[in-house]
Amino acid sequence: MIPISWYLILAAILFVIGAAGVLLRRNVLIVLMSLELMLNSVNINLIAFGYEMNDPRGQIMAIFIIAITAAEVAIALGILVALLRNKRTLEVDDLTILKG
Amino acid sequence: MEQQFFILLALVAIGTGLLVVVARNPIHSALSLVACFVQIAALFVLLGSPFLAVIQLFVYVGAIMVLFLFVIMMLDVRKEAHGRFINNSRFIQKGAIPAIVALLALATELLFLLSQSSRLHAVMTQQSIIGDEPTKQLSLTLFRDFLLPFEVASVILLVALIGAVVLAQSNGRNEHKKGATKEVSK
Repeated sequence: MIPISWYLILAAILFVIGAAGVLLRRNVLIVLMSLELMLNSVNINLIAFGYEMNDPRGQIMAIFIIAITAAEVAIALGILVALLRNKRTLEVDDLTILKG
Repeated sequence: MEQQFFILLALVAIGTGLLVVVARNPIHSALSLVACFVQIAALFVLLGSPFLAVIQLFVYVGAIMVLFLFVIMMLDVRKEAHGRFINNSRFIQKGAIPAIVALLALATELLFLLSQSSRLHAVMTQQSIIGDEPTKQLSLTLFRDFLLPFEVASVILLVALIGAVVLAQSNGRNEHKKGATKEVSK
């Protein structure tokens, strides 16, 4: 049997890697991909707890997270394409049009 | 034996996850993220939820990452992200070495899993949690207790679809207008 703490440690490591990508990288595409990584680590946590407690609700939450992620990625990539056509840049620091 | 499988999958997942952040080229990031998602899908099978593993493969690897790759290649960001670091060596380029390392790691893992497939099968089939039929139980919970969130999720997906179409279309119309005014001004 695999102890549940292993899954939690793995999920924490993946979450930290994703957070580092969000904070350190300046390319918007890689920031989005790091967000996906963080969401996946959360999914691992949910399913591990659902498995440990014999409860299908953990998997249900993971299904909803995956569905919402699909919607988020579609919208984010649409915004990104529009932004790139108008601003000609992919650097996070240059995208300041919401600052007013 | 189960723990060895877990350690193997977790190590490869962490390595490819690091490669997502470290890689300079966004295409390399996307490909290593695909590898990481496949490892996580295998971990889901290990956790006794094969349905989630299939969903992970179909939705994440099949749809979302293909969308990512499509957009990356459509935007042609290689010039912008890579322009300062072009090296002219004619042998193995610097960018290819991490790719070769990742390829070797994945090939080693594949060979290991294939050679141990009988034991892996034993590990996978002994997982039967949440009653006798986990997927049936899951579907019953989803469509009985969580019916309203399920419908809300479908509405959210529809809104996202329409929003993406509107974003792309209005942009195209603006460009068309710009082109038309340019032609008029000419």
